[in-house]
Amino acid sequence: MNGARMSKTWQLHLMMVPGMLLVFLFLYGPLPGLVLAFKDFIPSKGIFGSEWIGLETFRYMIELPDSYQIFWNTLYIAVLKIIFNFPFPILVAILLNEVRRAVFKRTVQTLIYLPHFLSWVILSGIFIDLFSQSGIINQFLGLFGVKPIYFMGDTHYFIKMLIATDVWKNFGYSTIIYLAAITGIDESLYESAVMDGANRFKQIVHITLPGLAPVILLVLTLSLGSILDAGFDQVFNLYNPLVYSRADIIDTYVYRLAFTDANYSLGTAIGLLKSVVGFILIVIGYRLAKRYSDYSIF
Amino acid sequence: MKQTAAADRTNGFAIASRMNAGRLFTCVNYLFLACAGALCVFPVLHILAVSLSSAGPAAANRVVVWPVDFTFQAYAAVFSRAPFITSFGVSIERTVVGVAVNAALTALMGYPLSKTAKELPGRNLYVWLLVFVMLFNAGLVPTYMLVKNLHLLNTLWALVLPGAVPIFSVILVMNFIKMLPKEIEEAAFIDGASYWMCWRRLILPLSKPVIATIVLFSFVGHWNSWYDGLIYMNDSKLYPLQTYLYTVIQNQDITSLDQAASYAEVNGVTLQSAQIFSGMVPILLMYPFLQKYFTKGIVLGAVKG
Repeated sequence: MNGARMSKTWQLHLMMVPGMLLVFLFLYGPLPGLVLAFKDFIPSKGIFGSEWIGLETFRYMIELPDSYQIFWNTLYIAVLKIIFNFPFPILVAILLNEVRRAVFKRTVQTLIYLPHFLSWVILSGIFIDLFSQSGIINQFLGLFGVKPIYFMGDTHYFIKMLIATDVWKNFGYSTIIYLAAITGIDESLYESAVMDGANRFKQIVHITLPGLAPVILLVLTLSLGSILDAGFDQVFNLYNPLVYSRADIIDTYVYRLAFTDANYSLGTAIGLLKSVVGFILIVIGYRLAKRYSDYSIF
Repeated sequence: MKQTAAADRTNGFAIASRMNAGRLFTCVNYLFLACAGALCVFPVLHILAVSLSSAGPAAANRVVVWPVDFTFQAYAAVFSRAPFITSFGVSIERTVVGVAVNAALTALMGYPLSKTAKELPGRNLYVWLLVFVMLFNAGLVPTYMLVKNLHLLNTLWALVLPGAVPIFSVILVMNFIKMLPKEIEEAAFIDGASYWMCWRRLILPLSKPVIATIVLFSFVGHWNSWYDGLIYMNDSKLYPLQTYLYTVIQNQDITSLDQAASYAEVNGVTLQSAQIFSGMVPILLMYPFLQKYFTKGIVLGAVKG
């Protein structure tokens, strides 16, 4: 029986063809372009006609005072985001789980998932307006005698705005995975805890939280891969020249090098460095996740 | 066990106070969650209110979540603007084409990949090739250069083809198909069906829920994406809506008040708000589906042993 079927596996390979062709063209296709990082790129000579200069671009990159600052900005913003993005969804999921009225629970869920689906372009339009010096947030603070704060133009406030709006956008959606994990906790554990006289709070501390521990660990290990991802969309849409010094991250810097300064070699070199480090971190993250939480993506 | 009357009473107190604490917790909890919910919709309501207000109150920042001096003029002005209409059209076009391409390729690739390496020699190679590029990309400059060298700049294909295979979605579909019972396929094989037939007649209909999820993932992705429009389109007439909105918000929109000047109750603020809100409408219309299927999708994609 298998013989006839085996001879038909070509149909399965055929199904892979269109997708694999596009993957090779558009995802593997750009990889040779990485040699730009090792060349003195002259557009008229093309990528492969330009002179090899070895690690010159990398040496230049390291000597550039900007690159140290930009690497640090990226790491700083990304790590703060990981730290602040982690507790809120857990808290909200636990609290949602304590809600007995299904309608209320569903309504809150509907509302808190919403920001996840809106683009940073749209959200930046709203936030830049809300937090402007004459915007309604400052008007509200004015009622308490606070002087107008330039949230978007002051490096000190701007970083906090980045973190706060990122948490705001994502906390609701991130609760989904924790809510799913809570559903998987054995009901009888709660029943026996109630028998032993545990109140709501004690049930949360002794049953829900330990029950969530594997998922929390999983989310944390996987977030290792995003240590160099400070959020291009968000930063690029919200920032302005006043806060470049602290808010410029690797991705926005590469964009400016490539499209404003037309410095393709330096842009490629920095992008390559980011990809390599990011790749290593993601692989480490997946390895750890596989070892400790039995997680695998395929 | 016998209890004295006194002990009984203290017990009663303890239960009563515990109930009170429980009720207090419930109240605080409901209040907190209601606030969190309100906080998440506030910006949307605010932008809607501003877009429906008159120029005066909007400019004075007197609008919070309810329109002041209600008027539709900002929308009338927006929908008479050529750049807005054109970019809306580009967005619809790229979303329709992009979603179709994404869904078709994902459905097609998920099935062979769901086979074991024994049944489909080379299966593991495919997976590794896909996972590698999912985790390691060439970065902005080489990708841009490639699209440029293929002469795709200023075409719709620059927005659709580089992301034609959403690899994470392919893995999602693969895992979904793996969970389907093997017996139905076996039965079809005994009846003489080929793989192609199996895919078309059995796998595809059964995969509807996961395909729906992918369609929505890709819908949101295409509708919201703005960056590719910015780098791959040299002509602002070819900008998708979100790219156009980006230029409006960053005040790079030189024509902001052109023919809108003929509308008395419109100014830059209400006009911008009306454009931003219009950019959200397709997402809001799809929202009931988005919520349902995204929840399924994220659970399916994340908690997999």
